[in-house]
Amino acid sequence: MTPRLRRRVFLAAAAVAGAWLLWGLTGLPDYGVYNGPYGDVLNRVAVAERKATNVVASVTFDYRGVDTMGEEYILFAAVLGVAILLRAQRDETEQSPDEDAADRHAPATSNAVRVIGLGLVGPVVLFGIYVVAHGHLTPGGGFQGGVVLATGALLVYLSGEYVTLRRVSPEVLTDAAESVGAAGYVAIGLLGVVAGATFLTNVLPLGRPGALLSAGTIPPINLAVGLEVAGGFVLLLSEFLEQALVIRRPGEVT
Amino acid sequence: MRFLPYVVAAWLLLVGLYGIVTSRNLVHAIICLSVAQSSTYILLLSVGFRRGGTAPIFLDVPVGTRAVDPVVGALTLTDIVVGATVSALLLALAVQAHKHHGTLDPERLKPERD
Amino acid sequence: MDLLPALPVALPLLVAAALVGLAPVCPRPVADAAAVLTAALVTLACLALLVISLDGPVVYWFGGWTPRGGIALGVAFAVDPVGAALATLAGVLATAALTFSWRIFEAVRTLHHGLMLVFLAGIVGFCLSGDLFNMFVFYELFSVAAYALAGYQTTNPGSVRGALNFAITNSVGAILVLGGIALLYGRTGALNLAQLGQSLARGPADRLVVAAFLLLMVGFFVKAAVVPFHFWLADAYALAPTVVGVLFAGVVSELGLYAVARVYWTVFSGPMAGVEGLRGVLLLGAVTTALVGGVMCLLQHHLARMLAYATVSHVGLTLAGFALLGPVGVGGAVLYLLADGLVKGALFISVGIVDHHLHDVDERRLRGRGRHMPWAAALMVAGALGLAGVPPFGTFLGKALMEEAALEAGTPWLIGLFVVVAALTSAALLRATGRVFLGLGGPSPGSPSPGGPGGGAGSGAGSGAEPGYRDHHRHAHPTQVAPAVLLLAAAVAVGLAPGITGVVERAAARFTDRAGYAAAVLEGVAGPGVRVPHPPVPLAAPAFWAVLSALLGLGLALAALAPERVPGRLRDGVARVWGPVAATLRGLHDGGIGDSVTWLVVGMAAFGTLLAVVVR
Repeated sequence: MTPRLRRRVFLAAAAVAGAWLLWGLTGLPDYGVYNGPYGDVLNRVAVAERKATNVVASVTFDYRGVDTMGEEYILFAAVLGVAILLRAQRDETEQSPDEDAADRHAPATSNAVRVIGLGLVGPVVLFGIYVVAHGHLTPGGGFQGGVVLATGALLVYLSGEYVTLRRVSPEVLTDAAESVGAAGYVAIGLLGVVAGATFLTNVLPLGRPGALLSAGTIPPINLAVGLEVAGGFVLLLSEFLEQALVIRRPGEVT
Repeated sequence: MRFLPYVVAAWLLLVGLYGIVTSRNLVHAIICLSVAQSSTYILLLSVGFRRGGTAPIFLDVPVGTRAVDPVVGALTLTDIVVGATVSALLLALAVQAHKHHGTLDPERLKPERD
Repeated sequence: MDLLPALPVALPLLVAAALVGLAPVCPRPVADAAAVLTAALVTLACLALLVISLDGPVVYWFGGWTPRGGIALGVAFAVDPVGAALATLAGVLATAALTFSWRIFEAVRTLHHGLMLVFLAGIVGFCLSGDLFNMFVFYELFSVAAYALAGYQTTNPGSVRGALNFAITNSVGAILVLGGIALLYGRTGALNLAQLGQSLARGPADRLVVAAFLLLMVGFFVKAAVVPFHFWLADAYALAPTVVGVLFAGVVSELGLYAVARVYWTVFSGPMAGVEGLRGVLLLGAVTTALVGGVMCLLQHHLARMLAYATVSHVGLTLAGFALLGPVGVGGAVLYLLADGLVKGALFISVGIVDHHLHDVDERRLRGRGRHMPWAAALMVAGALGLAGVPPFGTFLGKALMEEAALEAGTPWLIGLFVVVAALTSAALLRATGRVFLGLGGPSPGSPSPGGPGGGAGSGAGSGAEPGYRDHHRHAHPTQVAPAVLLLAAAVAVGLAPGITGVVERAAARFTDRAGYAAAVLEGVAGPGVRVPHPPVPLAAPAFWAVLSALLGLGLALAALAPERVPGRLRDGVARVWGPVAATLRGLHDGGIGDSVTWLVVGMAAFGTLLAVVVR
């Protein structure tokens, strides 16, 4: 279809489909008046049963832990896919990053950015670890904390050079972090089986609600997820940067 | 106000799809896909909202306080991770498309005829 | 140890993580062996589940969260024979594909094996799950792995393009599925399939229920490639590596149909049982898909694209079986789906063999070059017959059941559809076989000369196009041929297994029994089982139709190969009709991402309108 025809067809179809959607959506209960039983029950019992004050975390990592395992592996698969897709082709070569090359058009990193970036790396990494560790108590968890940790790596690149990033997070390390995180989740699930129950049963001691070491398997799972997410995102970052800065086709300039 | 969030969700979906359909740049199309995905976040979270309810975190408030639905929070978290990872994969594909075709324009990336 | 239902998901995930983590130190043969072994173990586990579930559904609550008072707190796998059979099919195809690629594929260290195992785990989890959101998570898992695997051959520009269309269109479909889930959750507060069904059964099929069904149906139809949601499929399936194409064509498309059927019977069959026109709406989709796919299949000269469109048209036929909304139709559709998946897997492997040895997949350029490959020729002919559904293939039995269901439902014209579409797809394959392996058919006008642009732009399946691959064996290696032979043998075994019809009918009866399913999942009660004994299905008439189909296909193939032998008047008459039809269809399928998504919205609007009309 020509672009103009396509736009017209789409607008007509979207009008009909949109009307349909709205008609169906009006069958929902009014905004703010939700009475579903699932959430109510969990809000009442989750803290007592799992000693985790963050009910969302207990839903994510315990009640519906299988979903989160799948989600973690979606991240794993996507990172794997990106690594495969962006690998150096046979006719390309890997050159040293040309950030200081004469034909590079981007401005050099200013000293202000360097200083602030370097200054922030420490607090950001610490904050990331805090978010991962306290996932069962306050909002946060493995996914959120892992992304914050990966931001630390981004700050290293911004305040330095690609080479610095590579030295701080070599490929072997990020791969290992990702794999250990992913395999760790399954291994924790198998703990439940070894203890005689079904997969992903929470079999570690539950402790007191509000304490850092409570809620059984939830903190270890948070740790595994945080490791995997951090490793995965740093890997993503490195692959894209490598593609932009390092890999060259024969005869290509910048 | 009764259905406004749901309308917003439907609007986001349609606008995102419109962006994909009329896009002339792959990166733009991928961002529009993210917009369309965010419609599901809005829908899920609005469905589980309770007026006057607090977050389902009972560290400072006693158990039994009126709180919003925790399950939709967990669902949205999963959804966001899925959306982010699909975007990453699509961007990698876009990078490769640019390398082999020299263009990011979907109009010029049509299938070959048999 | 209570692990069996979780094993076929946990094991491949664990091995995948290990393979990726150990990639720098793991030698290639070890990784190959680990992958094949894992796939084989998954197959065995699913087979065991299939056998166990014949007596009653296997319900497995993760984390030990059994339901309280009818409210499911955790996530459950609810394994019944249909789901377990599909999971076994995926395992078989994955094992065959990984064996085939043993000697050929140029993998990025061991990352590729990791992706394949994650892909398999996602499919298995999807088939075994009894929770709607859990199904969605596994659906996204195997979809993401599929996007990455489809675009794998980055040296082939076509495959990157196809993967983009694939990823964007399927992602939009996933968004729609999630929208449907949100609607259902808003109404019922449940995510477990059985609980959703119980909750909805208490009310009428009002606008929210119908809208949720529409969103879920359209979203899953995108994956199944029902027309008009199918435009992304040909590029993605045809240009993906063979090892992935086997799984795509064999099981992935059918998963979309399985999802719609499962969701319909467990969740919506309560309130929507009385909707008279629903069958008609689904049949309309089925007929359109089958015909468009069949005609496009005949128009292709690229072997893998031909198989991709054959997949589309057979999805249409399978949907017709489900659309009859009765146990016999469902049983036939499931049986057809299984056997057809095995046959298509074998055919993809055969195309991979051809590509690997002859470095091309265009039938015109390959004319006569396959003369020294009798094994590949035999595989393709057998595959064509399997597609046509002749006895003793399992496809024959599946079609027989579907035709019986069509007669009972008062839609005998469906038999004609089966005959015509099977003839179209088998004709395309037989024509290609004749050209490639027997050298029949003079150069058609406009075909590229054999010396023209070589494997580069036209081929995609397998790695034959990759430079630097030195292996030029003239004879197919056993690891390549054996998997295909075994798949075809399995397709025949499915058809000949003693008592298979009875087993299928019982399984289908359980699949369509909403109340029994809910009781089993939520209360752990093994239902008495719906024992409505069905009179044995007569096989004489279906056999006649199947043979007619095959003969028609052969006739079409020969007519295409030797058009000068066809009487002039007949040829002109056919050309006058065929020409514009072919040109229109080709034009419609020429678009890119924008077109696919536009057609998706058009389809959503169309199905929505039809459903609204039907529900009133």
